[in-house]
Amino acid sequence: MANSTMESGVDPRARIQSQVEQSLRRRHAREKRFRRFGLTAVMLGLAFVAVLFVSIFSRGLPAFWQSTLTLDVRFDPAVLDMGPPPQQKPEESPRDFQQRLNAWNFQLTMASWNTILEDALIAEKPALEEHRRQLRKLFTSGAKYRLRDLVAEDPSLIGRSREVTLLADAEVDVWIRGNIDRSLPDARLQLSPEVRRIADELHEDGLLDVTFSTTLFTNSDSRSSPASAGLAGAFMGSLFMMLVVIVLAVPVGVASAIYLEEFAPKNRLVDLIEVNINNLAAVPSIVFGLLGASIFINWFRLPLSAPLVGGLVLSLMTLPTVIITTRSALKAVPPSIRQAALALGASRVQTVFQQVLPLAIPGILTGAIIGVAQALGETAPLLLIGMNAFVANIPTTPFEQSTALPVQIYLWQGNEMRNFFEARTSAAIIVLLLMMITLNAFAIWLRKKFERRW
Amino acid sequence: MDNMTLIVLLLILMGVAYQLGLTRSRAVASNTTGRMNSRPGYYGWLVALWCGLPALLVFVLWTLLEPAVIRSVVFSQLPPEMSNLSSQQVGNLMQRLGDIASGYGVSGEPAPYEVAAAETLARLRGIGELAKIAVMASLALGGLFIARGRIRPQLRARNHVEKVVNVGLLLCSGVAILTTVGIVFSMFGEAMRFFSFVNPLDFFFGLNWNPRFSSTGHSSYGDFGLLPLLWGTLMISIIALLVAVPVGLMTAIYMSEYAPSWLRSFAKPVIEVLAGIPTIVYGVFALMVVGPFFSSVGDLVGIQIRSTSALTAGFVMGVMIIPFVSSLSDDIISQVPQSLRDGSLGMGATKSETIRQVVLPAALPGIVGAFLLAASRAIGETMIVVLAAGNSPVLHANPFEAVSTVTVTIVNQLTGDTDFASPQSLVAFALGLTLFVITLGLNVVALYIVRKYREQYD
Amino acid sequence: MKMVDPEVMVQHRDDRQSQSPASQTVKISARDVKIYYGDTQAIKGIDLDIMENEVISFIGPSGCGKSTFLRALNRMNDTIEGSRLEGTVTLDGEDIYDPSLDVVLLRAKVGMVFQKPNPFPKSIYDNIAYGPRLHGLAKRKYDLDEIVETSLRKAGLWEEVKDRLDKPGTGLSGGQQQRLCIARAIAVSPEVILMDEPCSALDPIATAKIEELIDELTESYTIVIVTHSMQQAARVSHRTAYFHLGELVEVNDTETVFTKPENELTEAYITGRFG
Repeated sequence: MANSTMESGVDPRARIQSQVEQSLRRRHAREKRFRRFGLTAVMLGLAFVAVLFVSIFSRGLPAFWQSTLTLDVRFDPAVLDMGPPPQQKPEESPRDFQQRLNAWNFQLTMASWNTILEDALIAEKPALEEHRRQLRKLFTSGAKYRLRDLVAEDPSLIGRSREVTLLADAEVDVWIRGNIDRSLPDARLQLSPEVRRIADELHEDGLLDVTFSTTLFTNSDSRSSPASAGLAGAFMGSLFMMLVVIVLAVPVGVASAIYLEEFAPKNRLVDLIEVNINNLAAVPSIVFGLLGASIFINWFRLPLSAPLVGGLVLSLMTLPTVIITTRSALKAVPPSIRQAALALGASRVQTVFQQVLPLAIPGILTGAIIGVAQALGETAPLLLIGMNAFVANIPTTPFEQSTALPVQIYLWQGNEMRNFFEARTSAAIIVLLLMMITLNAFAIWLRKKFERRW
Repeated sequence: MDNMTLIVLLLILMGVAYQLGLTRSRAVASNTTGRMNSRPGYYGWLVALWCGLPALLVFVLWTLLEPAVIRSVVFSQLPPEMSNLSSQQVGNLMQRLGDIASGYGVSGEPAPYEVAAAETLARLRGIGELAKIAVMASLALGGLFIARGRIRPQLRARNHVEKVVNVGLLLCSGVAILTTVGIVFSMFGEAMRFFSFVNPLDFFFGLNWNPRFSSTGHSSYGDFGLLPLLWGTLMISIIALLVAVPVGLMTAIYMSEYAPSWLRSFAKPVIEVLAGIPTIVYGVFALMVVGPFFSSVGDLVGIQIRSTSALTAGFVMGVMIIPFVSSLSDDIISQVPQSLRDGSLGMGATKSETIRQVVLPAALPGIVGAFLLAASRAIGETMIVVLAAGNSPVLHANPFEAVSTVTVTIVNQLTGDTDFASPQSLVAFALGLTLFVITLGLNVVALYIVRKYREQYD
Repeated sequence: MKMVDPEVMVQHRDDRQSQSPASQTVKISARDVKIYYGDTQAIKGIDLDIMENEVISFIGPSGCGKSTFLRALNRMNDTIEGSRLEGTVTLDGEDIYDPSLDVVLLRAKVGMVFQKPNPFPKSIYDNIAYGPRLHGLAKRKYDLDEIVETSLRKAGLWEEVKDRLDKPGTGLSGGQQQRLCIARAIAVSPEVILMDEPCSALDPIATAKIEELIDELTESYTIVIVTHSMQQAARVSHRTAYFHLGELVEVNDTETVFTKPENELTEAYITGRFG
């Protein structure tokens, strides 16, 4: 009966075996193909990471070095024809004093700083006197303001000399570092042959040199002078927003996670909150920007472009992340610990705050860091609350106008002088990525350090 | 005294209150024969809460309401022609009055009515601050002494404190609800204002997007047709999924079923890195690297590919969501019970046959849910498309051409413009509402599918 | 604890032997088999011959290695990372651990039924047709239909499911699911069927049905069954092997093992002193 349906004659099992054997080659080939396909997918993923990082780093790293001129600048009183800065007189109203101070500052700004710059170069190389008109093209437009700021800070500089490192013009920078084909005809080069020659000479003399660019970190943004645009303003803005997130989203998120995980009764309201949090986590970030624009800006009339508002929006955005990660950290604490504490007569609150929470701290911290990192990298909602405004000052409080690192990247890549800002953009990305990596590495370190097996 | 100092003082006072409660409860305990209901610390906390909470509440309300009250009083003094200023002008005027009041210079000579208003402003601010401090101090001290006086052995201090903690925690979880409510109301309210300018039918079914210029003539504000934007969003999302789904899914399969452990421990975190990179970085990457690359590949094979196109944006977005797809799929595939795999392998199936014919069909609902989540993410993504999609809100089916999306248009319409009165900026909220509803819908369905799937194997 | 009534057992044994005496051809032969999971040794050198068309039971306390050894017979242990086998296992004289041997072919010859019924989330028909389709055993739909029907009939499930072949296999009861899995295994006409505690998740009635089925299958298949239930071993098998801590302590006619065990460990186990 066993093999009654099989054809008689040949041993059915032998027939089946030969059939199986026949199919083997095809099947093994398919297996191999499938496997290769999987490996390809993994390799593609790895390749994407590699291409991304290599292209960003290869473009951005050079921007950390910039051409600078180190000169002994003499603040010639003949050029800076001004009195000492005004002092407040006892009978004077603050308003009058402010007016006198403004007038003095105005006079200082209008001084012929170009002459001072030219004199400084000529003092080093007298032969340059005949090219005096060309010399100013070597400097960024920001060089003048830097000298002015030095004097405004310390008016006693007038009449004295001081060694100052000044940024070279972006075109000069490109020329010196060979980022442009030197054999191009004059018509296609931005710099005149004369300036190019002077730049090369100065470079040989060591006056014009490529050095690590600290201004990238200490300067604020500049729209017109790519060589002196820096990240300090955006960095402070991001820092303030991260602070707001830490102060608002983290405590509120942790508290609601504790409530939902440890205290919440099983009812409709709590169900609603849970569903709501899961969905909130998937709401596109730009929607939070709209929320901010409508509620915080239009309704509460909070200031535009302020890191405080940005931080509020980002706090709402990261709240679900913090809640979800904190909950899983709390879930990882075994129930036996709660039962043990409860059995000893501790109340629910005591159990949670004295036994469960300390054990969950590493996980909660990890979640908080992930939330902060998410806030650090977010761009879109900030555009809607005016944080893409050009801000030339470094903010000192969360209420001042400011921008943020990712927004700065957005602004720089969109600048009209794109070819100069491209390297800056990549450099800013490197700074942002380094910050993200640091945060994540910290989170991983925390997790490793406190990893516990129950 | 600024707000910061005020809060710090209040905190210090709460510390004092805690100490007072503590010592008081010890004194009470030593004078009674019975046991105290709670440990002394709880009495301390109770007193501190009584001292701090009411004052804090007043502080918050005061700070929120004071500017509006002062503004209305000051404006009631201004000449009547000043009554219909725009919000921007009101802000500027208040700034100017504030500068006059503080004696800091302002440009131009202040008008007499301005000086008068500034004086009122300064006076009100002075009174307001003093009153705030007085109210807070009396509440704090009052609360402190009342609570301290109520300390008895029978007082269930621990229960009271725990009640407060519980309510505090509940309020915190309410913030998430409040956020959703805020989103829905702000979107809905502003979108309704937009629909008072533009017929909803023209918005939802319009084929033209041209908000600045009125070319067709049936509305004076231009055309606000959603469909070109929705189509662009859809096209980019499909391209993104075409990249992310095969790569992500195969990565998950290879990692969980084939990869030797050294490769897994190296490749998994590296690919996860893709998930942590800010979207602006992808945007710049698309713009500087991927776009030009596609464009030159197009030149090579003789197809015109714009460097900012649906393809560029979709491809880079796909790369971005690879780790998202792969970790979700990994999660779901690993939920398929080992016994099913054993069953198939025990029949003589090869690994790939097992995966394709048993594991994947079994995991299908979960994987579909994961794809929906990925799609919802792609639809809501902004920065990549802002930089790399080319911003051309025209209906066409060529992925090598520029397109525009819902998110891009929101950014375009609202950036730098805070005048919420024109349909040109209000349309951003109608678009946001559309986006919100779509992603929410996808998400709800996806989460439902995934949950059902999980229950199946629990 | 489980106590065995030797009287009942012996009676049953005689009954079975009269029906289908096991042949004297060696089907599977294990020589000095050692199995390691990473650094721990699960099987410590086992020699065992399994005869053609016999039913042999592996019994022993939990963790004694009986399942591990069973899984070694169709190389299912390969799927566990870090497992490794020393010694030789032959099927019809052919070394199944020979690198040139195709494991697909081996598993087509040595089928397996698992502890928990594991029907695929497909229709009943597709569950049975799974193996034949994989191995390309049916050229035409008609052939496949026939294989499905025969397998289901052999598993005694045909009458119960013939009207709902397109319904999911997961919708059947536990006992039906397990018989479905047996039908699925025999659909590719294996020579040996390995059963890893096939009844441990079933109720007594379903268990009785499976045992009946094993009785019938023994006409054309060699069956190796791991069981926790000594009664079951006594009821279904010609021979019984007792495993203890990775070693094969005793193997003999089922009757002998249960009535006159040679080893005191075996005796201790069957009389319920541990288990």
